[in-house]
Amino acid sequence: MSDQLASAEVMPATAARGRLVLEARSLGKDFKLSHGWHRDTLSAVRGVSFGLYQSAVVALVGESGSGKSTVARMLAGQERPTAGEIALDGEVVQPWTHGQFRPYKSNVQMVFQDPFASLNAVHRVRYTLARPVRLHQHLRDRKAVEAELVRLVERVRLTPAQQFLAKYPHELSGGQRQRVAIARALAAQPRVLLADEPVSMLDVSIRLEVLDLLDELRSQFQLAVLYVTHDIASARYFADDTLVMYAGEIVERGPSEDVTQQPAHPYTQLLVASAPDPDNLAARIRPASSGEVRRAGSALSTTVGCRFAPRCPLAEDRCRAQAPPLLQLSAQRAAACWRLDVAAPDLLHQTQGEKEETIKT
Amino acid sequence: MSTVSCATSESMPSAEAAQQKPVLEVRDLSVVYDGDTRAVDHVDIALAPGETLGLAGESGSGKSTLALGLCRLVRPPAVITSGSVIYRGSRVAPGGVDLLELRSRELRKLRWREISIVFQSAMNALNPVLRIRDQLGDVLDAHLHLGRKEKRDRLDTLLDLVGIPRERLRSYPHELSGGMRQRVMIAMALAVDPEVVIMDEPTTALDVVVQREILAQIVELQDRLHFAVLFITHDLSLLLEIADRIAVMYAGKVVEVGSAEQIHNRPAHPYTQGLLRSFPSVHGARRELAGIPGTPPDLRSLPPGCPFVPRCSHATDKCRDIDMRIRPVPGSDPSHLSACPFVTPEMAKANTPKVKAATSKGTT
Repeated sequence: MSDQLASAEVMPATAARGRLVLEARSLGKDFKLSHGWHRDTLSAVRGVSFGLYQSAVVALVGESGSGKSTVARMLAGQERPTAGEIALDGEVVQPWTHGQFRPYKSNVQMVFQDPFASLNAVHRVRYTLARPVRLHQHLRDRKAVEAELVRLVERVRLTPAQQFLAKYPHELSGGQRQRVAIARALAAQPRVLLADEPVSMLDVSIRLEVLDLLDELRSQFQLAVLYVTHDIASARYFADDTLVMYAGEIVERGPSEDVTQQPAHPYTQLLVASAPDPDNLAARIRPASSGEVRRAGSALSTTVGCRFAPRCPLAEDRCRAQAPPLLQLSAQRAAACWRLDVAAPDLLHQTQGEKEETIKT
Repeated sequence: MSTVSCATSESMPSAEAAQQKPVLEVRDLSVVYDGDTRAVDHVDIALAPGETLGLAGESGSGKSTLALGLCRLVRPPAVITSGSVIYRGSRVAPGGVDLLELRSRELRKLRWREISIVFQSAMNALNPVLRIRDQLGDVLDAHLHLGRKEKRDRLDTLLDLVGIPRERLRSYPHELSGGMRQRVMIAMALAVDPEVVIMDEPTTALDVVVQREILAQIVELQDRLHFAVLFITHDLSLLLEIADRIAVMYAGKVVEVGSAEQIHNRPAHPYTQGLLRSFPSVHGARRELAGIPGTPPDLRSLPPGCPFVPRCSHATDKCRDIDMRIRPVPGSDPSHLSACPFVTPEMAKANTPKVKAATSKGTT
């Protein structure tokens, strides 16, 4: 419970951008596992709370298996949470129920990682886009639909529009396919865009253009964007706020620049340190100390204590016994770690300084 | 022989590497699909003993076809139409052998024994119904004649080498994590002590943290066993850290070759310059990202002359009738070669980016 309280106090930087649109309130997702007689529950997501604000980008960063895609799928209404709730414009919604699914989808759309798999190979681009236009914009007139299709395709910079509308997915490059997928999401005129690793399958030289396009759409349509990625460097450039997930829980949150440049949680520090650093050729990859054993964090519901403890260089007895709540570091930042005094002493001093000041005034 | 992978800050490695006789030398290699799609187009590269040569390029640039081509593993409709691949290992004749001229029986003896490959997707490269022990054992059986005890010892040593507990020999591939599977692939590649290891995107499917660990492992093993690595990846930022020298490929051609320092500090080809401006870095100050406009070329219909012309901000009419030979970059060390005769490293800074950087902060 305490983590909810603490995170509720964090005022995200994105809040300055616009109104709160979509909110995850301590979302959780358990998967039941069975190994023969033995039954286990895997909590893939636990107590995840954050808000998506108009014209702002929130990045959800984590390794594979950290639960970041599950969060996106729950927000997209494709997966039913086992705990917590989703609120759209302050009202609790249940998008998985029959009556609420389509109206919810008119507001919340998703772009998937693999543009090779997410477009139907037997349909032309025109068909792929016309369906959401008819369903969500309720356009019936053929000319109106056609005009809207051309507008959409041109909006994602696929010109000449008529030529692209007549193409099949296999005739498009990876970047062009992802643009079609983005156009399909825009066809519903959503207010929230959930992008699950939208550029990780694309070539390095075209990633930037697609991210750039998303950013442009964000400001033009005042979209609230959730950017799910494993690449913390792109989160730094693209997102206002960054949430770092580990084994199903948010371990650190704050403005992207602060989180990447002054990471507080030992896991974020490991992530940042592992990212390639081409500007520092002297600090190249050093040989591993051999015999190093690394255990992955467990997300089983029976796990006690901090889930990062088995990999954490700072772990002590307390970390293994009790899970740390999200502790507030500043008005905009929080991290879930008992050892912040060692992991990020500077940040903690700043916090205490601020608190003393507020007491004085 | 000292391996060069750790001596970094000086420009020594490349100079040293250039003087030694390359252990693997590819000359004028071409691989053609369907008679007219030139996936690898007159490529020359050389790999010095113990060196790490990075091969960077986008999907469809021909980097993987090149790797298959130099082991003669390309399958129809791909055909090797020209070139030679000279291998000069310590276990073959002093003058070296041309892998493309060998009879297939002789070639089979050399493959894996002398040149092994680590493939990108360990899940697909390992046999799902065989235990790790049997898969590693197969490699040993095929190339070495070991007794039972020797074989068992060798298997244990191999797993120790890549930091996997010995009891994992009993496991099936699906019981291992992605990182462990990749380590098994590396153990398998090193099983019979080859002198050249080709790594085709060995860490692309892995998380950054695991990627880092595996790369560190490769560097350490290379220090100990002195094999040369041809490291293929689309991630130039990774190569800048791990490779001694880097070759950049575009549309089947090598467009630039140089040491990691030269590529990073003085990129000469406009494509390399664009790539370096494309990826965000988590370290250091925020910088302007530019990307490369346009899309990668279709190999079936390449423009005449330089294939980068449609995406190049320096392009002029002269670019349409140049030959794509790589030549020394003016004002650089002679080991630094580029296929562009017009653009110099100095012009990288003067060039104005065409694509705006995706920074949401800037648009507030």
